[in-house]
Amino acid sequence: MSLIVDIEKRLGAFTLRAELEARGGEALALLGPSGCGKTVTLKCVAGILTPDRGHIELDGRVLYDSKDQIDLPPQERQIGYLFQQYALFPNMTVEQNILCGIQRGGKAEKAELAAAQIRRFRLGGLEKQYPAQLSGGQQQRVALARILASGPQAVLLDEPFSALDSFLKWNLELELGEMLSGFPGPLLWVSHDVGECRRNCRKVCVMESGNTDPVIPIEELFTRPASRSAARLAGCKNFLRAERAAEGLRLPEWDVTLPLQPEQSGFDTMAVFNAAILPDGGELSLRVCRVIEDVDGYILLLRPEDAAPSAPFLRFESPVPHAVGETLGLGFRTDKLFFF
Amino acid sequence: MDWYPLYNSLRIAAIASFFVFFLGVAAAYYIAKLPRLLKGTLDVILTLPLVLPPTVVGYLLLRLLGPRRVVGAWFLEHFDLRLVMTWWSAVFAVIVVVFPLMYRTVRASFESFDETLAYAGQTLGLSNTYIFWRIRMPYCRQGLIAGTVLAFARALGEYGATSMIAGYTPGKTATISTTVYQLWRTDNDALALKWVLVNIAISAVIMLVVNMLEKKDLLTEARRSGKARA
Repeated sequence: MSLIVDIEKRLGAFTLRAELEARGGEALALLGPSGCGKTVTLKCVAGILTPDRGHIELDGRVLYDSKDQIDLPPQERQIGYLFQQYALFPNMTVEQNILCGIQRGGKAEKAELAAAQIRRFRLGGLEKQYPAQLSGGQQQRVALARILASGPQAVLLDEPFSALDSFLKWNLELELGEMLSGFPGPLLWVSHDVGECRRNCRKVCVMESGNTDPVIPIEELFTRPASRSAARLAGCKNFLRAERAAEGLRLPEWDVTLPLQPEQSGFDTMAVFNAAILPDGGELSLRVCRVIEDVDGYILLLRPEDAAPSAPFLRFESPVPHAVGETLGLGFRTDKLFFF
Repeated sequence: MDWYPLYNSLRIAAIASFFVFFLGVAAAYYIAKLPRLLKGTLDVILTLPLVLPPTVVGYLLLRLLGPRRVVGAWFLEHFDLRLVMTWWSAVFAVIVVVFPLMYRTVRASFESFDETLAYAGQTLGLSNTYIFWRIRMPYCRQGLIAGTVLAFARALGEYGATSMIAGYTPGKTATISTTVYQLWRTDNDALALKWVLVNIAISAVIMLVVNMLEKKDLLTEARRSGKARA
């Protein structure tokens, strides 16, 4: 079972080119900043929007093909779509919301299936309630129960927790992961939160300004990000200009040369993850220019003492405080440095 | 007192409101999907009767439905049917005058509809007809009710276009509004006043019903959201 997407769509000045494959039982994260085209991609897959050209296939079934002029309506695609605000029908009770998506079977069969979903999603006692009477977590469970009751072959999740505070978010995330764990079909999880993707998905497809990167196992996003945007999404905050020099690696913005010889060539940027920075015992001496207290530690902004006023800082998250003006001898873990 | 004008006014208003309900809903739904220029043009044309004097609407309708005019002549020739100067001729006039009220109210409430609900319905496999009648219409019910009641109230009071296309024949085409005018013109002041009072009573009842409907809806909303917070 797999979902294959290869589409193109223009929306004003924005052009989407999405190419990805999601396999059954294996959640694929579609990760990218806001406005990069993630939701448009989902809507094209679900049939809410029509691409300009391309091909969409689910489990060998062609849903859309511009050459063969196939474009199934959303009703025939059997793709469940969890919307950001859950999109429960406000004029229907919990039970009616779940029932209305069940297309097959007689009345008794439908009622039985709905009752089973209500039990499975711990919605017992809420059958006659209206969506506005439910908490956020209950609404999410109803939305999921409704989707799974309709018998989808793939499920799309559109930023399921974007509007929630972090505590509630964490609880709903745990619950959502649990509820979806047995789903056999492809699962496409759209998010701009890398942690959410890491915890819930096994593969990732990074998206930026309308273009998709190749699908990779999600741990590779951290062990060897393929692009600057992938590194940024993986949580890297430091990007310094870098060039190969005779005696090592030169950082022109700081006018410093490091004794490093990267294996790659053809790069102009060095991405420094926080984990790459070894705070003492190194040869690069940097001055602490600012100290910002964070929730669980300190953010230090570092720069060579004689650097130009416009030179960028190195951001280092330190568990221990340092005083402004202090000089640190930094080293780098070369396996956590990436060059683009 | 002969109650025929009350009966006639009520049936004209009821029949016209019935048609205006469906015409207004269909127009609001389909016109919203048209390209901008066409939408703007149709919007102007369909709303025009709201600001035109009803006598102008009556004149235009007579030019269309009169026995020697295009549509009127056709019906007279093929069905031996005169479209004007009968009690139901007033229905045409009232539909045209009242339509913009319904159309605009419904359109405003359709515009407030959350399209995500329709998309959710589609991905769940619900037909577009089901989504329209069971999700979009209930969601917009306040606007639909408000539009219908407004249309009915305005239909009851229509005078200008009605008097031109249906005239005033006691016991045939007389409505409350044409009767009041006729009685006043013939110096029957006492009876005219009675009809005025009847008219005021009906209008007051309608407005009362509207207010009650609004309050009831607000109450249920409040109860629901109150429980959600608890």
